[in-house]
Amino acid sequence: MSMDIKEIEILIKEALPDAIIEIQDLAGDSNHYSATITSSKFSGKSKIEQHKMVYNSLKGKMGNELHALAIKTKEQ
Amino acid sequence: MDQPTKDLINNEITNNEVCLFMKGTPDAPQCGFSMAVSNMLKILEVNYKGINVLENQSLREGIKEFSDWPTIPQVYIKGEFVGGCDIVKEMYENGELKKILEEKNIIHKKS
Repeated sequence: MSMDIKEIEILIKEALPDAIIEIQDLAGDSNHYSATITSSKFSGKSKIEQHKMVYNSLKGKMGNELHALAIKTKEQ
Repeated sequence: MDQPTKDLINNEITNNEVCLFMKGTPDAPQCGFSMAVSNMLKILEVNYKGINVLENQSLREGIKEFSDWPTIPQVYIKGEFVGGCDIVKEMYENGELKKILEEKNIIHKKS
């Protein structure tokens, strides 16, 4: 099971339209990614809440189709 | 989640100041992210309980529901969910993790 970068980006963008997203395929296997996401929607939220917003945008794919996605969130 | 799993989680996070729900054990982690968090706690000389979710399928799924967090590892400090690998790593790097340990009076390496 795997997901490509474009798919991940589209899902995050749907939930966080203003997000600036940088994704790296860490192992070149479409299964281990690292994403840095910058959005104004993160302001005033705890890190846990920010990461949850990203996980929610992936609609349950995290931990299933998507094995590993390291997340770094930044407030704009 | 069934009641025994819920009770198990509640017991672990109540009876251990620092709990790490992980894949594998602190001595033999079976996933890079679990190993990373385990190592950070070791470097800080925190006495933590590693709970291997691979030994218990209902715990493996239950902890995700319990914390409303889709991935493992997960760290609990004094009963409170602190984060997964990315958050704990960030907190380790920027000193917040140490701050929490201090605030909650948990023995760790000071220097």
